[in-house]
Amino acid sequence: MLSGGDMLIRSLQEEGVDLIFGYPGGAALHIYDAIFRQDKVKHILVRHEQSATHAADGYSRATGRVGTVLVTSGPGATNAITGIATAHMDSIPMVVISGQVATDKIGEDAFQETDMVGVSRPIVKHSFMVKHASEIPEIIKKAYHIASTGRPGPVVVDVPKNTVDPMETFPFEYPKKLKIRSYTPAAKGHSGQIKKAVSMLLKAKRPMIYAGGGVIQGEASRLLTELAQTLNYPVTNTLMGLGAYPGNDKQFLGMLGMHGTFEANTAMHHCDLILAVGARFDDRVTNTTSKFCPNAKIIHIDIDPASISKTITADVPIVGSVDSVLSEMLDLLKEAKDTPDEAALSDWWKQISEWRERHGLYTQPRYNTGGDMIMPQDVIKTLYEVTNGDAIVASDVGQHQMFAAQYYPFKSPRQWINSGGLGTMGFGLPAAMGAAFAFRDKDIVCVTGEGSIQMCIQELSTLTQYGLPVKIICLNNQALGMVKQWQDMVYDSRYSEIHYEDSLPDFVKLMEAYGHVGIRVNKKEELREKMEECFAMKDRVVFMDVYVDPTEHVYPMLVAPGGSMRDMWLSKTERT
Amino acid sequence: MRRIISVLMENEPGALSRVVGLFSQRGYNIETLTVAPTEDETLSRLTVTTIGDDHKIEQITKNLNKLIDVVKLVDLTEGQHIERELMLIKVKASGAQRAEIKRCVDIFRGQIIDVTSTVYTIQITGASDKLDAFVQSVGDAAILEVVRSGVSGISRGEKVLSL
Ligand SMILES: Cc1cc2nc3c(=O)[nH]c(=O)nc-3n(C[C@H](O)[C@H](O)[C@H](O)COP(=O)(O)OP(=O)(O)OC[C@H]3O[C@@H](n4cnc5c(N)ncnc54)[C@H](O)[C@@H]3O)c2cc1C
Ligand SMILES: Cc1ncc(C[n+]2csc(CCOP(=O)(O)OP(=O)(O)O)c2C)c(N)n1
Ligand SMILES: [Mg+2]
Repeated sequence: MLSGGDMLIRSLQEEGVDLIFGYPGGAALHIYDAIFRQDKVKHILVRHEQSATHAADGYSRATGRVGTVLVTSGPGATNAITGIATAHMDSIPMVVISGQVATDKIGEDAFQETDMVGVSRPIVKHSFMVKHASEIPEIIKKAYHIASTGRPGPVVVDVPKNTVDPMETFPFEYPKKLKIRSYTPAAKGHSGQIKKAVSMLLKAKRPMIYAGGGVIQGEASRLLTELAQTLNYPVTNTLMGLGAYPGNDKQFLGMLGMHGTFEANTAMHHCDLILAVGARFDDRVTNTTSKFCPNAKIIHIDIDPASISKTITADVPIVGSVDSVLSEMLDLLKEAKDTPDEAALSDWWKQISEWRERHGLYTQPRYNTGGDMIMPQDVIKTLYEVTNGDAIVASDVGQHQMFAAQYYPFKSPRQWINSGGLGTMGFGLPAAMGAAFAFRDKDIVCVTGEGSIQMCIQELSTLTQYGLPVKIICLNNQALGMVKQWQDMVYDSRYSEIHYEDSLPDFVKLMEAYGHVGIRVNKKEELREKMEECFAMKDRVVFMDVYVDPTEHVYPMLVAPGGSMRDMWLSKTERT
Repeated sequence: MRRIISVLMENEPGALSRVVGLFSQRGYNIETLTVAPTEDETLSRLTVTTIGDDHKIEQITKNLNKLIDVVKLVDLTEGQHIERELMLIKVKASGAQRAEIKRCVDIFRGQIIDVTSTVYTIQITGASDKLDAFVQSVGDAAILEVVRSGVSGISRGEKVLSL
């Protein structure tokens, strides 16, 4: 016989949960007591509930497992909202358990009462409110199943205090099987559609493979790479898809979209066939939808039917899991009598090489390398070299995020952790922390800006408590750089509310206060040596406060509104 | 185009708010909405009428289907179907008006279900445009109160929406 609280924790054990990121409070105290009385599930005490969700999210993105969060009712629950929304936008599997006031108090404006199910409704995949302790095992089973299958996403389980009362005990049995009659996510794609897609693929003269976060979620990077290399077709990744295809491979054109490479965006515009794999034609990618890839037929593989033909109509929709659909495609390709049109393909690659030579990001530096200032791009390049390209890189949001996406070619999936859909400043440090729990032997990096880092900086203390040697690389441009770039480009450099240079903390001293190491870098020639010094301190948290050129912009940048994908700013003065 | 979408969903607290929330969250409009349990007490049947082009309607049905509480749905307007709405309407009825209104109720096959010396309360069922037509023929000046149930619908013939 177990109490509701003990059943809750036992259920988590049955699910194989090893870590919970959380923060205690009144309505959750019974649950915290149940945590205290066992040692299988380890609880990580963060410093803010937002960080609990981001840390669970980072842990999930790095490992592919479901992240688990525990918060109290009221302010604990509402503090978790930003992190739940972040996970929801990027389809990250997460279970958030929130304390709630006792069932008989609900609706009475009780102390720390918030309608968590209501508040979180638009930003969860599903939610549960426990009505009776005996329901807890089944609800937990369902929550993990729903969070991790189909299109993944966050699930909230709201737990009224009386349902976890230690005085009331019940027989415990964890359900082995589960059937939710209203939930049957697609697995296999439609074979007829897959056949049609393969024959279109083989007929294409200017094909593009556009792969997104779904390939990483669906553990299909190897299959994607095999497909692309069998066909010798060019590949581009979304911001969420980076690492799904090896970033250093010659078939890789870099990221596409708002800050995608000239070659990826231009090739998209001119291609005659798009194979979209686990990508959702986001507005950061398509630019003006009516001008999107005018000559292209579109094959779209996605597990969520609602992602297909949402913003761009697909010619061949395939609803299914990427791994299953791609392996079926590969089988068909092996049997196929046709082969790709070699002559057309060779012309297409010639054209792409020419684009790469002309304005490509990787054929030569497209930014000023001659000045005295440290260029943000060089910081990321140096980071790549010093970490051998093997680090797990979590990022915050802003220019630094785009520079990291452009200049750190990720070799493998789950190496790049960033908030794409919601674009949540403050995500980077807690997300890196979550990843650090899972990979103690890897370099874990947080690329950030002096703006973003201040949004969840309190987690420096959590890093101390759990001995997580995260390396923080701050591209300090003394401003909200991404906003400043827009104000330069759209508002005639009227800098409204983006400066705080006189009130920035002394990050080196701040690090020391937390027991960490701070290194300030403002000389170009010291960058590499200091970076090496930073990574040589294997078991310390090190913060590199790198003063970079505050006037630098991220390029390329799609011309918006009204432009197509080939309309780009290439520098402050040059556009296509 | 006007569509009637019929949804079978789990009869659970919160299910209705998820459906309604989806419409407001994604900017879809709701013209009418009715919901009640079915012969299977674990299921509710919800009927929503909405207006949108094919693309919008496709997104609405896809997103409704994504809700975990939604078991099954059908766009009734895609096939032959029957729709009905119930209206309770209170109108001024005194003097010469009384006979005039009674005649009108008969023409629309309604029933007068409550009477005072100055007021008739009338019940009418039918497709929504029939109810609109009745409201129009009685005229704003006579109307005291209108209560409409929203549309319920069902497919014609053998087709059923069930588990
Ligand atoms: C400052 C800033 C700038 C940005 N600039 C860019 C930019 O230049 N370029 C860019 O690409 N993005 C950019 N973004 C990110 C952008 O907002 C979107 O988050 C991103 O484009 C979405 O990536 P995605 O299409 O891969 O979709 P994701 O959000 O990763 O969605 C994955 C898709 O795959 C599907 N899926 C999931 N699992 C499976 C499975 N197992 N099988 C099949 N399908 C599956 C899902 O249903 C979903 O449709 C930027 C963001 C910020 C904050
Ligand atoms: C929580 C939140 N608030 C506001 C924004 C809008 N925003 C996007 S980038 C940015 C500036 C980020 O500044 P910093 O972290 O210094 O990065 P930089 O762009 O300078 O590299 C802002 C304010 C956001 N994305 N998230
Ligand atoms: Mg900045």
